Amino acid sequence: MFERTPLNVRNQRVERCVKWIFCGMALLLVLPVLIILSVLVARGGPAISFEFLFTPPKQGMTAGGILPALVGTLWLVGVALVASVPIGVAAALYLSEYARDTWLTRVINLAVINLAGVPSIVHALFGVGAFVLFFGCGTSILAASLTLAVMTLPVVIVATREALQAVPQAFREACWNMGATRWQTIRRVVLPNSVSGILTGVILEVSRTAGETAPIMFTGAAFFLPFLPSGVGDQTMALSLHLFVVTTQVPNAPHELQYGVALVLIGIVLALNATSIAFRTWLRGRRKW
Amino acid sequence: MDSGAPPLAIEARGLNLWYGSFQALHDVDLRIRSGIITSLIGPSGCGKSTFLRSVNRITERLGYVRTTGTIEVHGQDILAPGVELVQVRRKIGMVFQRPNPLPLSIRENVLFGWRLHREERGRPEPHECDEIVEGALRKVLLWDGVKDRLDLRATELSLEEQQKLCIARLLPMRPRVLLMDEPCSALDPKATEAVEELIWDLRGEFTIVIVTHNMAQARRASEECVFMLLGRVVEHGETGAMFVTPECRETADYIEGRYG
Repeated sequence: MFERTPLNVRNQRVERCVKWIFCGMALLLVLPVLIILSVLVARGGPAISFEFLFTPPKQGMTAGGILPALVGTLWLVGVALVASVPIGVAAALYLSEYARDTWLTRVINLAVINLAGVPSIVHALFGVGAFVLFFGCGTSILAASLTLAVMTLPVVIVATREALQAVPQAFREACWNMGATRWQTIRRVVLPNSVSGILTGVILEVSRTAGETAPIMFTGAAFFLPFLPSGVGDQTMALSLHLFVVTTQVPNAPHELQYGVALVLIGIVLALNATSIAFRTWLRGRRKW
Repeated sequence: MDSGAPPLAIEARGLNLWYGSFQALHDVDLRIRSGIITSLIGPSGCGKSTFLRSVNRITERLGYVRTTGTIEVHGQDILAPGVELVQVRRKIGMVFQRPNPLPLSIRENVLFGWRLHREERGRPEPHECDEIVEGALRKVLLWDGVKDRLDLRATELSLEEQQKLCIARLLPMRPRVLLMDEPCSALDPKATEAVEELIWDLRGEFTIVIVTHNMAQARRASEECVFMLLGRVVEHGETGAMFVTPECRETADYIEGRYG
């Protein structure tokens, strides 16, 4: 009654094959990451030194350090965050806590989706037209950061909405039933319980902007500028553009230096990601419902 | 009206309610007396929960609900224009089937509603808060069990304690009516008994309306009983009498478990 039939045997065999194929695909995914990281560490590692991180480039960017580019990238990411987070979070709050399903919210949703699909070089041209020329920011950190902000807005909105939707509906109902307004509900219950998700989502996604090159190329990033920026009105070097420059525009830059720049750039992105993941784990551990 | 008539807490007249094109309540006329426990019984989908929810106008949150008729609570039509919804929700509290304490401390849960409606600006005096918390928790028989852990997250309490807390947090808002939508159906028998006892203790001070699926609960824990069927009120009377000698056949059949 309970013996194995030939059909069972065949199914079992297929099952094993499928499982191993899928497993192989999943492992394949890890391969590029490992290769990139190991090559970068092996070839760029020796370049990393105190001098490399904390001095400006010398001799036509074939020697010296990357300080202005490093600081510039931090500026760009920081200002972009300051611009995109309040707008993105407010928009997400409206869409998920206030808006009913109307033509207006559908239009907004459509805009968000489409904004996410716009190629970064198109964002760059938009940035030139809107921020550099129309709003008169000139080529500056401000213009470049605002361009980056526009580019990351959809991601911020989506991450925030997901975090908001993770807050159980029962909490909102409880508040409304005591006569709380939407805003009271958001401020006292929804936000405190979603802030971890919002923050980590935002950091995770915005860390990607550190690597963006196209949107800042025409709007605020300089080819070579051996000074640190003094404010958002200045131009600045940036790691991503610097990497492009030393690999393609400077004929005799040593390989070690090129890999070093790439290593620092990826290091910043990974560090931001790791921080946000650790932060989320910590906050989740404290949350109980 | 003769002067001996007991005061009414809720008086619904000609209440009709539609969810989109589905009519859930048909011409409901219901007079619920003040200061007693009234239970609403009837098979699923009979409109008892819908009626309960329209008494604090929660139904309106769903955009496609349409209501006609009047619901007077202590003489004031809550559906009239110019009625402040926030005050309706404050004075007519609701307890749900699943205890839904907020993810805050026990203390903050009790103070939450009170804070929402506090007219004075600035921080409340600590001793004022302490008194409110103690008073509300004592009233729901929870004080002795939690007084040493008021800063514990409310979501870590047992379900029975959570449900008592959900009642407690309504009290500082000084509600007149407490609406309870199957308040014990997520609880085990022992917890059910405890919460029923609590509800019994609260009658007199508040008008309590309980929706229940549990015949035995309606019988032992309410003074008047309303039987609804297909969106209409079939019978309304003193609980004991209704269970012994129901006037309508539908009521008798339901009580005896022939359907539902």
